[in-house]
Amino acid sequence: MKLFNPYLLLFFWMIVSFTSFGKSIRVKAGGSIPNAVEQANAGDTVIVSKGDYTVNELIIRKSITLIGEGMPTLDGQDKGNIILIAGKNITVNGFRFINTGRSNTDDSAAIKFFDSSYCTIEGNELLDTFFGLHFSNSSHLTIRNNRLISTADREFETGNGIHLWKCKENLIENNYVKGHRDGIYLEFTTDTEVINNTIENNMRYGLHFMFAHDNSYIKNRFKANGAGVAVMYTKNVLMKENIFEQSEGSSSYGILLKDISDSQIIGNKFQDNTIGIYMEGCSRSEFTGNLFTQNGWALKLMASCDQNTFENNNFINNTFDISTNGSVVLNELIGNYWDKYEGYDLNKDRIGDVPYRPISLFSVIVEKIPTAVILWRSFMVTLLDRMEKVMPSITPENMIDNSPKMKPNDLNTTHP
Amino acid sequence: MLKLLKYALYDIIQSRFAILYTLFMLLVAIAVYQVSEDMSKVSLSLLNIMLMIVPLISAIFATTHFFNNLEFTELMLAQPVKRSHVFLSQIIAVVVVLSLALILGFGVPMLIWGSDMTVLTLLGIGISLSIVFASMAFLASVSTRDKAKAIGISLSIWIYFSLIYDGLVLYMIYSFADYPLEKVTLALTFLNPVDLGRIIMLMQLDISALMGYTGAFFADFFGNIKGIVISSGILILWMAIPAYFSMRRFAKKDF
Repeated sequence: MKLFNPYLLLFFWMIVSFTSFGKSIRVKAGGSIPNAVEQANAGDTVIVSKGDYTVNELIIRKSITLIGEGMPTLDGQDKGNIILIAGKNITVNGFRFINTGRSNTDDSAAIKFFDSSYCTIEGNELLDTFFGLHFSNSSHLTIRNNRLISTADREFETGNGIHLWKCKENLIENNYVKGHRDGIYLEFTTDTEVINNTIENNMRYGLHFMFAHDNSYIKNRFKANGAGVAVMYTKNVLMKENIFEQSEGSSSYGILLKDISDSQIIGNKFQDNTIGIYMEGCSRSEFTGNLFTQNGWALKLMASCDQNTFENNNFINNTFDISTNGSVVLNELIGNYWDKYEGYDLNKDRIGDVPYRPISLFSVIVEKIPTAVILWRSFMVTLLDRMEKVMPSITPENMIDNSPKMKPNDLNTTHP
Repeated sequence: MLKLLKYALYDIIQSRFAILYTLFMLLVAIAVYQVSEDMSKVSLSLLNIMLMIVPLISAIFATTHFFNNLEFTELMLAQPVKRSHVFLSQIIAVVVVLSLALILGFGVPMLIWGSDMTVLTLLGIGISLSIVFASMAFLASVSTRDKAKAIGISLSIWIYFSLIYDGLVLYMIYSFADYPLEKVTLALTFLNPVDLGRIIMLMQLDISALMGYTGAFFADFFGNIKGIVISSGILILWMAIPAYFSMRRFAKKDF
């Protein structure tokens, strides 16, 4: 017998193609989605027509595709989760989820994933869900083009928008998250790309991650979140061309970096934040080509940070460029543009001949006595700052940029 | 009264001072606009002019004007006109000329190169401070017979409000750093018109920094309608009270 019988091959091909294309099951308005899911086999598509459906704790374990036509509404009626997923190759596309339960003990969510992989959540709208999309112990997820909007008044009334716990190799792209507790929350989540999301007006942090190594965050926009963006205890992070804006408040940061190491922060824009970047215990990170503009403090660099490099950044129109809490400086400032720089450039190499000290005496005073901020821009304070510039005595001697640029660096980024 | 005011105005405009002052302001404004396109930078550069130079010139000019016009004033007092009218015509003429110089000097570049809320606020503060310091200078002038002494007093007032006062406040904040000082410092800013003007500008220029820590307290106060009404009310008091006292003094003064 020939090993490669063409008929046998054809037969196999037919079986394979039949199972992989699957059949499609339609749910008409008023029909039951759980029944359709029950009937479906792996590889099938369940198409749900436009309409309102009540769904609670619908469990999906098969590899099926769930498609909504004309945004059918799945109403959780304020009880528990709407869909629970534990499986492979599951797609949920084009649904509107409303009214999950509001339980912190069970973390009610619109869709909750356990131990899943290769799942796609795309083009859904989540209104007033407690948690939005909740993933745990999963991998290879694609979360794309979803809109998550919560209208809760207080922080404890809402959960996180996109919540990943112990997940790896995911893509989170083009989502819009508003009014949740944390916009995007990642914990023990690795090798994940977060691209082009808009995260605004969340109660706590726009982006919050801990122990989430090797992730990249590119072209996201974080705006007016309660306390800005906070990231902690993580190494090897890439943050590129994001916009951090309007984080205003006493404990609000464009981005708070705590114990972050070996990371790159490149080409981001920090605008209208009380504090652009607050750094504590950060090491060996690079900050290159960022724009800091109209912040209260562009950088608060605590003395516990070491071996960080700030290169070719632009500091424009900030009230204070840098402040710190000690006299030890173990970080490097190279070739940044400071709009407050008043030196000259005799040899015309576009690098100022006089080093620039970005910490003003008054910012040290304000660090110690916040009330003193009310005297900012008074003639007295200007005089004091001038004197300190001539004879530095209180400000840390090593916080110095030896090659300040005369003109703003060309950042090669196109922020909208 | 109107006739008196008319003559007083004629008199000032004919003197070279008004034209020079306007030209100076115009030059400063043009220079600043040439250097930067960014409106917040423009207002930052103009801020020190408005908070330092404008009060200084107002105080000196008002004092010298009062004494240069003393003979005319005495002549007028011999006529059957009210003393208060003579006084008001003088002070109003000075205030009008000072404000017009600012409006023309800054207004023309603003019309050409554009303006925004911060620049307009700054102009308003400049005008308010002119009036405040002119009325304090008049108080200094009616209080003494000697021109040099009056100029000395006006200068001291200026130095006190623009330099020494802030130093004292800073010293106080430093000494009592362990206590909650927000309300006290807020009250202290009301006692200095220059500080008041400066803080109104801070609200526009450094709002991000003020949102932090205790700054939020000030931002809250000056940010809402009540705060704006109170602070402008206090600025008006700063204009009216010295003017009122100098008018009373003027009414009783033996020339």
